[in-house]
Amino acid sequence: MAHNVEKDDVTGIETTGHEWDGIKELNNPLPRWWLWTFYACIIWAVGYWVVYPTWPLISSHTKGMIGYSSRQDVMDKIAEAKAAQAQYLDRIEVASLADIRSDSELLNFSLAGGKSAFAVNCSQCHGQGAQGFVGYPNLNDDDWIWGGTPEEISATIHYGIRSDHDDTRYSEMPAFGKDGLLERQQIGQVVEYVLKISGQEHDTAAAAEGQPVFAEQCSSCHGEKGEGLRDFGAPRLSDAIWLYGGDRQALRETVSNARFGVMPAWTNRLDEATIKQLAVYVHSLGGGE
Amino acid sequence: MNSTLTANRDSGGAWVMGVLFALGSIVSLLWMAKAASPELGFHAFLFFAFFTLGCFVLVKRHYDMAANPAVPVAGDDVGYMDGVIRAGAIASTFWGVVGFTVGLVIALQLAFPVLNFDLPWTNFGRLRPLHTSAVIFAFGGNVLIMTSFHVVQRTCKARLAGGLAPWFVFWGYQLFIVLAATGYLLGITQSKEYAEPEWYVDLWLTIVWVAYLLVFLGTLWKRREPHIYVANWFYLAFIITIAMLHIVNNLSLPVSLAGAKSYSAFSGVQDALTQWWYGHNAVGFFLTAGFLAIMYYYIPKRAERPVYSYRLSIIHFWALIFLYIWAGPHHLHYTALPDWAQTLGMTFSIMLWMPSWGGMINGLMTLSGAWDKLRTDPVLRMLVTSVAFYGMSTFEGPVMSIKAVNGLSHYTDWTIGHVHSGALGWVGMVSFGALYCVVPIMWNRERLYSLRLVGWHFWISTIGIVLYITSMWVSGILQGLMWRAYDSLGFLEYSFVETVEAMHPFYVIRALGGAVFVAGSLVMAYNLYRTMRGDLRDEAPFVGAPVRAPQAAVAAGE
Repeated sequence: MAHNVEKDDVTGIETTGHEWDGIKELNNPLPRWWLWTFYACIIWAVGYWVVYPTWPLISSHTKGMIGYSSRQDVMDKIAEAKAAQAQYLDRIEVASLADIRSDSELLNFSLAGGKSAFAVNCSQCHGQGAQGFVGYPNLNDDDWIWGGTPEEISATIHYGIRSDHDDTRYSEMPAFGKDGLLERQQIGQVVEYVLKISGQEHDTAAAAEGQPVFAEQCSSCHGEKGEGLRDFGAPRLSDAIWLYGGDRQALRETVSNARFGVMPAWTNRLDEATIKQLAVYVHSLGGGE
Repeated sequence: MNSTLTANRDSGGAWVMGVLFALGSIVSLLWMAKAASPELGFHAFLFFAFFTLGCFVLVKRHYDMAANPAVPVAGDDVGYMDGVIRAGAIASTFWGVVGFTVGLVIALQLAFPVLNFDLPWTNFGRLRPLHTSAVIFAFGGNVLIMTSFHVVQRTCKARLAGGLAPWFVFWGYQLFIVLAATGYLLGITQSKEYAEPEWYVDLWLTIVWVAYLLVFLGTLWKRREPHIYVANWFYLAFIITIAMLHIVNNLSLPVSLAGAKSYSAFSGVQDALTQWWYGHNAVGFFLTAGFLAIMYYYIPKRAERPVYSYRLSIIHFWALIFLYIWAGPHHLHYTALPDWAQTLGMTFSIMLWMPSWGGMINGLMTLSGAWDKLRTDPVLRMLVTSVAFYGMSTFEGPVMSIKAVNGLSHYTDWTIGHVHSGALGWVGMVSFGALYCVVPIMWNRERLYSLRLVGWHFWISTIGIVLYITSMWVSGILQGLMWRAYDSLGFLEYSFVETVEAMHPFYVIRALGGAVFVAGSLVMAYNLYRTMRGDLRDEAPFVGAPVRAPQAAVAAGE
């Protein structure tokens, strides 16, 4: 169809002479800048092949001039990062928690490392700011169920709570309602009493009825005045801090069905130095003892 | 004479098709009885309904033809087969609106997780493939099939080959879409991105796709033009390559013929590489080559200008086809994939930059001598803007394939932004432009119902796209930087949840952009519907100074 070549009025360029459904084509050459950029990209690619591992061979591949390996690269970087921290980590490894806290260098390092480890491992349950959620304790306050000294915090992190570790911290409150240990009415009364000792609005008559029930069923763990007992992991009830909520409905739920929160044991998941940093960090959050 | 010839052929093929459909109907009924799960039983029922309805239609058609042997064939003197294009235009619009809307829903879910409703069927994990498949395969696929049937007939001066086969391709493809979509919602997936449907849906699509390939090849074969137009090269490359990608990536062994579950033929890093060889070339050959074909027909047609450069179209076509197929490994930088494969993926992506831009140059430069039409024709404006977005995302893609850049951008929202500048800006806009061209032609209307509404659609979509991609750029780069932030002692600065929290405002902006884009698509659907009905809105045309005349005068005066 080359005999149909015509000149385009607007651009003055010839067409190829083809036509499909009224569409013609101009016979413009390849734009120079396009062609040279294309060549440049190809040359760059060939240069890259020379330097880096590229073409597969029968049982191996071309290695490239600089012997690059991304695996080696990442291992080197990890080793470098580890070496940079080794001066602190090696000392933390052998130091006691008290030693760490009294050495400002180690303390600073532990606070930074603990914060990072907390963000990665703990924040999912305890919250980014360690503020806690229902069922997951706030770690910023001074109300500790199992103790708030660095050593106690460290033990909790090591072995967890109701975890599968042999040395785990363990407590189990009876389900007074579900297991029929108390009557419905008694549960209501003891809940009113707990509202009373925690300084909340309550039914005075019912609370009075609840007092002997509390003394008989609850005080052995939670203390006569509801002040709690850390050896048993029994929370203090006479304050405004609640793990599962302190209103009437939440308390009724707790007394009737009990609670059974679980924290994993970290001793086999994190190394000793990291656990130490975590303990120091959590202790520093505001409520450490 | 030609129309009687076609009619006879139709009825011959119709008998074969009728027998096959009757068989399919029986087999799917048995399969339904044997299905190991209610979900698969439902899918078997869909097959059964498809084949049975198909039989019914074929029988009815046979008696209608017997009653009136002069079957009218739509179109002009060569008897173009336009009914299937009309159906494709409707299906494209429908699936477009559906796919965009599901996209909006999942964008909102990311911003406000409560919208997952804690139900398996409405969970992000199931709605996300529903969105991607709906926009890529249901909307994009229907646009590609519809426009290819239009373009190949017009540029070959030949009726579609294969008698009723184009209709089988159309309806078979819709069945594939419904099987895929309902499967995702019911929890049937083989967990390969953009290839989620299970083995039996894959087999069905293979049958449909081979039929599509044969129809297309047959039409090219009987063309009455000496040469094959460039748009058809791209369509053919798209059809053949998608067939190859689909078959290889979906090679798998079903656990049982009565069950939906299958296991991939590949494992480990080989599986990952096969998957991204598929995934990237779904972008390359479905969303690029296919839509370049659309560009190559509708832009010169609409601008009434010759294609800028025949030579460029040849060179960039073959360069694109040869280079694209290597680029997949750039999706697996810094993974278990060997370094040499990563290098190949990256360098071929860089070399791909200019071949991709060849299409953009040919699209944009075709406008030379007709730029003034952008002021008066919002459809052309849409088509040209799509090419601009194409150029932008095909530059961004090679940049992101560079390992150093990828180390920051990979797994972040930047990728999502990149995909959507291509998907909304390029694929979406060029499809809208094509639909605005096709519908008035196919329904024999003087013009669209309203060009003013197209102008609105253009601006609404553009604003939506800009909101979408800019928010994802910021979000993605922020995310990438937060992930790699270390303090002076070498500890990670942020927890993962902090990076998620930081995304929230951008997720809201993205959802807003998506909502705007959906609104634009509704404007289009309304406009196309009124056009199909034959309504013409009484409106002032876009006024433009007649720039072209003086230009021609200047040229003549030289």
